[in-house]
Amino acid sequence: MTWTLVFALAATAYAFKVLGLVLVGERKLPAMLDRCLALIPAALIAALVMKDTFSVGQHLQLDARAAGVGAAVIAAWRKAPLIAVIVIGAGVTALARALT
Amino acid sequence: MRGPLKVRELWRDEDLRQVFAACVTLGLAVGVFAISFGVTAVSAGASVAQTCVMSLLVFTGASQFSAVSVIGAGGSAASAFGSAALLAARNSVYGLAMAPHLKGRLATRLVAAQITIDESTAMASAQTDATHRRAAFWITGLSIYLFWNTGTLIGAILGSTIDPTTYGLDAAFPAAFVAMVWPSLRNRRSALAAAIGATVCLALIPFTPVGVPILCAVLGVVVGIPSPPERAT
Repeated sequence: MTWTLVFALAATAYAFKVLGLVLVGERKLPAMLDRCLALIPAALIAALVMKDTFSVGQHLQLDARAAGVGAAVIAAWRKAPLIAVIVIGAGVTALARALT
Repeated sequence: MRGPLKVRELWRDEDLRQVFAACVTLGLAVGVFAISFGVTAVSAGASVAQTCVMSLLVFTGASQFSAVSVIGAGGSAASAFGSAALLAARNSVYGLAMAPHLKGRLATRLVAAQITIDESTAMASAQTDATHRRAAFWITGLSIYLFWNTGTLIGAILGSTIDPTTYGLDAAFPAAFVAMVWPSLRNRRSALAAAIGATVCLALIPFTPVGVPILCAVLGVVVGIPSPPERAT
């Protein structure tokens, strides 16, 4: 591990983070673009849930996490508070792991 | 914090109390992963200072883990950099989505950029109005920053760790994201965008480098292109 790598990564990570904020900035966007930007969190967060639940690196894998996240979906659907959904997701996953 | 909500009002706000509670819970999971990152980085040959500076400046968990694992496995700095950069790229997409909610002084936006990550974007998107979005973004980003860096320091110094998978903490993140994205799924367009994003991601995982599937999930926003039917009349 070198300092060069640490700082190169820091600069790159920050450049990515600031890029979107600066590109849009204070600009008034066309309505169509506004509608598309507003859908980004739904599209990416849903993808993130899939990746975190069903994959290990480049492999798809069905394991205890699916049970935990499944329970979290039910909890969210039943309008449980956010903190409860998190605890249920982790707890059911831990339980499923202990049982298998 | 500037804006219509005063700090004292934040705690009295029912929705934001939920955000605070969730941040602390999620923060504990973040802290355990951060300890694990600190241990992994030091055992991959990074000094305690390098490990902590990485968490302070890079502040993108998946990229950091990826970089130190490549180095730890004997990979080159170039390949460590490449895979980590690919994982950091999605934050630029989050920036696009958050920009309309983070207007204000340039200095404030430059600080906001550093905490533009999965958790802050997701928590902000779960709120129903602009004031709460902004507050949720800052509360989540700053608390995760605190937990991530404290955990990194502890892990780098102590050099021993609890395995996050033991307590199911690895599932705490997707569970939290489910809860955050859930309210928006009542909207047909958001639900369709989420379905496309999820499908694209799952389909690409086996065939593309880590980081690419989530980037490509941005394809889901195409459902926003046509004008909403209720406004067309």
